[in-house]
Amino acid sequence: MTGHVELRGVRKAFNEGRPNRFWAVNGIDLALPAGGVTVLSGPSGSGKTTLLTLIGCLGRPTEGRVHLDGTEISGLPEPFRAALRRQTFGFVFQRFNLVQGLSVFDNVMLPAYPIGTPYRSLRDRALDLLQGFGLGHRVDARIESLSGGEAQRTALARALINDPPVLIADEPTANLDSELSLAFLEIVSGLRREGRTLLLSSHDPLVRDAAVVDRVVELRDGRLVGDQRRSEDSR
Amino acid sequence: MNDFRGMLERQRYMVDYAVSSMARRKGRNTGLFIVYGAMVFLLASVLFYTSALQHEAGVLLAEAPEIVVQRMVAGRHDLIPTDHAEALRGIRGVREVRGRLWGYHYDPVVRANYTLLVPPEGGIAPGTAVIGPALARARGAGMGDALGLRGHDGNVFSFRIVTVLPQESALASADLLLVAETDFRELFGIPTGRYTDLTLRVPNPREVQTVATKVLEALPDSRVILREEMLRTYDAVFDWRSTLILLPLSGALFAFAILAWERASGLSADERREIGILKAVGWETGDVLRVKLWESGLLSLSAFVFGTTAAYWHVFGLSAPLLAPVMQGWSVLYPDFALTPMVDGSQMLALFFLTVFPYLAATLIPVWRAAVTDPDEVMR
Ligand SMILES: Nc1ncnc2c1ncn2[C@@H]1O[C@H](COP(=O)(O)OP(=O)(O)OP(=O)(O)O)[C@@H](O)[C@H]1O
Ligand SMILES: [Mg+2]
Repeated sequence: MTGHVELRGVRKAFNEGRPNRFWAVNGIDLALPAGGVTVLSGPSGSGKTTLLTLIGCLGRPTEGRVHLDGTEISGLPEPFRAALRRQTFGFVFQRFNLVQGLSVFDNVMLPAYPIGTPYRSLRDRALDLLQGFGLGHRVDARIESLSGGEAQRTALARALINDPPVLIADEPTANLDSELSLAFLEIVSGLRREGRTLLLSSHDPLVRDAAVVDRVVELRDGRLVGDQRRSEDSR
Repeated sequence: MNDFRGMLERQRYMVDYAVSSMARRKGRNTGLFIVYGAMVFLLASVLFYTSALQHEAGVLLAEAPEIVVQRMVAGRHDLIPTDHAEALRGIRGVREVRGRLWGYHYDPVVRANYTLLVPPEGGIAPGTAVIGPALARARGAGMGDALGLRGHDGNVFSFRIVTVLPQESALASADLLLVAETDFRELFGIPTGRYTDLTLRVPNPREVQTVATKVLEALPDSRVILREEMLRTYDAVFDWRSTLILLPLSGALFAFAILAWERASGLSADERREIGILKAVGWETGDVLRVKLWESGLLSLSAFVFGTTAAYWHVFGLSAPLLAPVMQGWSVLYPDFALTPMVDGSQMLALFFLTVFPYLAATLIPVWRAAVTDPDEVMR
């Protein structure tokens, strides 16, 4: 499994060409080797979400480049980026972004439709994931009826349905109590063991200080202000 | 092979998603379907109706003689004497000259006019009559029954009905009453040697104009009616009438298109978000468009099929009760005559393009605009 991400001089401006132009990400150089858990930390508005969307091919940097396993992906044509979004990066959004009106099951299977995965194996994989996350009894529930924790695990199952090497989660514990947060970290540790690259944003100390985390990158005003790696024995 | 199966599977998922997404917006889609279907229904009714009437007129005139000569006295149509016919026989290009006997009879019982006619081939025995289907229905008369008519002198004539004409061209024959020549003359008091008008058969269409000029030279007191002109007049009348209806209808259509456009271009926040989510989880722009194309296509196609089927039934099954008052104002005795079902392929195609394409464009363009935007911007 691959998933080596590298950023070179990445900047992202909002309101480009207007007087209120604003650099949300302002010159980031960062290498994330394949495998391991990295936490992107920093105060609100420091550019964490923006940076994650640039890595996950949801948006394009205004300047600079994003590489995946040595290939530049920030300048690829749209269909290639769509393919990366569904097969290389699993994304769990800050507000989950599940499709209202659909069931948990249907939401989880969405990223597999463009691939044309045969229905039988797709269904089995979706059920496996949901059962693994303790949602076996909520498969047919509508999104509107889910609790915050259930919605988050649904979003997580959706992000993993195509078995991507990189999982990106934006503020995964923002709406969870300590118990659910710890359960989430448990899942993260399982995914890490499977060899995936995990990238989380969080200003939750519970996440930042968790044993499963290999590295904490500190962001402020769109710039890197800290990069703390943990050795095996300090964890 | 595997790729092909994957492609099929992908299509199936997209269709499934489109159907479920339509079901999720049931209220909105039902409303659209009703408005859309009603619009197609109206347009298709007008098209079916005018083309069927035009077809009837064509049948009516196909058998008609190339030239009809009528005598004018003081600017009014008058009976024409036989020696007028003799004067025309020598004209080059004329194959046959015949005197016709026809006229109208007002029947106070059903308060309508019949068209009385002596068939040029003869063949009707004195005292008997052949009647059209609408007349038969109006009088409740069938074969073997007696039909009484008041003559010019107040005497009642009784005809025995020997045949009721078939329905084939209802407009042409619905109110016909065919009688023998002697009965016709007696009923209306027309002396022998006089006819209602004369018909000329001119086999070569290029000679018709020349013949017409020569007829006017030979008979200065006559007027000439050409079949070509009648056909043109019919067409003009039908076109004019259908334009009369189509104008406000196209106005309504336009309003509908604008409505659809406005609705669609201002994609609801919900829909924009959904498109953003689909793109974010790895759907391609083409996938999103395909789903929306299926949605809009299913909706507009089913509304089209529904509208045209209902219109077919309305026009040919029920004789167009909603349009008849406008479209058929000149006819006299057609309480419920049935039009011969006929549908013009090119008109259907035109209707299809007029109703389905604007809708597809109006709904797909804004979707396309949302779908080509990076998902991080659509989802905000
Ligand atoms: N589409 C946009 N247009 C204008 N400004 C934006 C846009 N998106 C983000 N920003 C701004 O960019 C900055 C960084 O936003 P971002 O969402 O990346 O921060 P964050 O670190 O994720 O914050 P939080 O912890 O609150 O989620 C913020 O000041 C935000 O207001
Ligand atoms: Mg954020």
